[in-house]
Amino acid sequence: MEDAARILQLVVNGSAAGCIYGLIALGFVLIYKATEMVNFAQGDIMMLGGFAAFTFISTMGMNYWLGALCAVAVTAAFGYLLDVFILRRVIGQPQFAVVMLTLGLGFIFRAAAGIGWGYDSIAFNTPFTNKVSRFGPLVLGQDNLSIIVGTVLLCGVLYLFFSKTRLGIAMQASSQNQLAAYYMGIPVRTVFSLIWAISAGVAAVAGILLSPVSMIDVNMGFLGLKAFAAAVLGGFGSIPGALVGGVILGVVEQLAGYFLPPGTQDVTSNVVLLGVLVLRPQGLFGQTIRKRV
Amino acid sequence: MHYFFKTSYKHDLRVARHRGDIFWYSLLTLVLLVLPMMAGEFYVGELAGVFVFAIAGVGLMLLIGYTGLVSLGHAAFLGIGAYTNAVLLARGVPFVLSLPAAGVLSALAGIAIGVPTLRMTGLYLAIATLAFGGIMSNVFSKWTSVTGGFDGFAVQTPTILGLKLEGVFGTYYAALLVLVFVLWVMANLLRSPLGRALVAIRDSEISAQSMGINLAMYKSIAFAISAGITGLAGAMFAHYVRYLAPDAFDILLSIQFVTIVFVGGLGSLHGAIFGAIFVRLLPQAIAIVRDDLPFGIGRLPGLEPALFGLILVLFILFEPGGIYGRWLKLKAYFMNFPLYKASTFKRQKAYTKTERLR
Repeated sequence: MEDAARILQLVVNGSAAGCIYGLIALGFVLIYKATEMVNFAQGDIMMLGGFAAFTFISTMGMNYWLGALCAVAVTAAFGYLLDVFILRRVIGQPQFAVVMLTLGLGFIFRAAAGIGWGYDSIAFNTPFTNKVSRFGPLVLGQDNLSIIVGTVLLCGVLYLFFSKTRLGIAMQASSQNQLAAYYMGIPVRTVFSLIWAISAGVAAVAGILLSPVSMIDVNMGFLGLKAFAAAVLGGFGSIPGALVGGVILGVVEQLAGYFLPPGTQDVTSNVVLLGVLVLRPQGLFGQTIRKRV
Repeated sequence: MHYFFKTSYKHDLRVARHRGDIFWYSLLTLVLLVLPMMAGEFYVGELAGVFVFAIAGVGLMLLIGYTGLVSLGHAAFLGIGAYTNAVLLARGVPFVLSLPAAGVLSALAGIAIGVPTLRMTGLYLAIATLAFGGIMSNVFSKWTSVTGGFDGFAVQTPTILGLKLEGVFGTYYAALLVLVFVLWVMANLLRSPLGRALVAIRDSEISAQSMGINLAMYKSIAFAISAGITGLAGAMFAHYVRYLAPDAFDILLSIQFVTIVFVGGLGSLHGAIFGAIFVRLLPQAIAIVRDDLPFGIGRLPGLEPALFGLILVLFILFEPGGIYGRWLKLKAYFMNFPLYKASTFKRQKAYTKTERLR
């Protein structure tokens, strides 16, 4: 009984960590689906979002909810401008040029955050910090719960946005076929910039939700590398896949830390990633299309 | 513009294009041979570091610049080469054997990771090699019985034919020798059917396949050679740092290697050398000017990675040909001096072509 409760606890904690992976992976997938670019700076944008929230909530003394909203808005605006001024220039260049470009941008963001906010780990007060909820034998931190609830809510909002609004449908159209979308009068370039804004906003939400669990610091962007495993597991192009992949990865990682010798937890995400790529490269939800010549 | 016209098949087979090449490269070799006698120990050591990175850069150039496969995990191959060489030396194996062993073992590791990932292209391969690099850097730090873990591993001074390669000068000449050997192999390999097949794969996999090129085999060979050369670089790296620590072989080192290839100039051996010079000497250049910068910019922490990232971004946005591409443009400008047209190297308008269908 005790074991079962313990494992359930691990699963819940793993799901919370997995939701963060899922949110970062969601950022990759949104951009990849629409523009065929892979944003290696996604984790660093999450870091910037966390720091923005810190500035609004701790430094300027705003209410948590208002500060979080401001941080998401600012980060989304940042994502929009990033596309308008930098990434739009490399459309049509080889895919790897974009990878190197975003890697370089990640270096710049990290250094800029270090100069602006310092290299120490920082935290701000949230309504969920150091509180627990009890469900029978289960003791769950509210910070972990807030991550799961926040992710589910955000996904619901995104789902409604993409399926019900005109703009969401225009976004789907331009990610399926750029040229056809142009013909239908969709301003594809603006739509792409908006997708960058949404994905930066999602990253900021991930950073804010993560902050009570692990503190904000300059190197938290390296979490983005783990989120690749989540995105690939879900089939790098599928939005629900990214989330499911993230949760699976988070749970597997927790269980590996419990059942396997110490040290294996660090490589779990990499092993899962390689395993998926070798055994089922299209991921759990991906579709494969062969090129016709 | 000055074109070099090939007038017989023999021209196509020669390593040097014309007598000018022979003259300049011989002069360069001569200068590099006598340089340690004039320059101080610090500069000789820095140059040895440039050589080590240039070897790795040449290895990665074969993969990225000539075959079009991108690896973000080459630090792992450097690590395998470094530890193989160091461990074999410590067990009493002579340097003449441990150096090639480092290359061969890295090449085998390259095949081991290459074969299952060859179905992937572009992005997926990059992510797979990234994961491989992550796993290997954990192996280096956890496999303490062989690598010594975080205690580090002291590298013994190598001996060739009774001659001890001591200090920075020994490393300098050994690394120079390996670099020249690797460049000679590559210059020949690229003109062979193998090299042409690789370039064909880079330009279009589908048309290469329809010309009868066995994609899986040639990609594996490219991966193996690239990993093997990087392993050689690793063996020299072990002597360059003289004390191996497992955290040296992480993702940041892999990114540095890819930066060498991109900033130097994709698809040219010159580019790998220029890129290595850039990546190795940038930190030194920053250190030299650091105190003279206004407003205390030089004392900001994180200046170096920021500049590193900024230069990378600027190159990709404004000079995708890299340093070597810029050099070719300058040369063209001066060769037809009054007649240079601004649009000579103008980039074509490009549209996104989907890479999901490959």
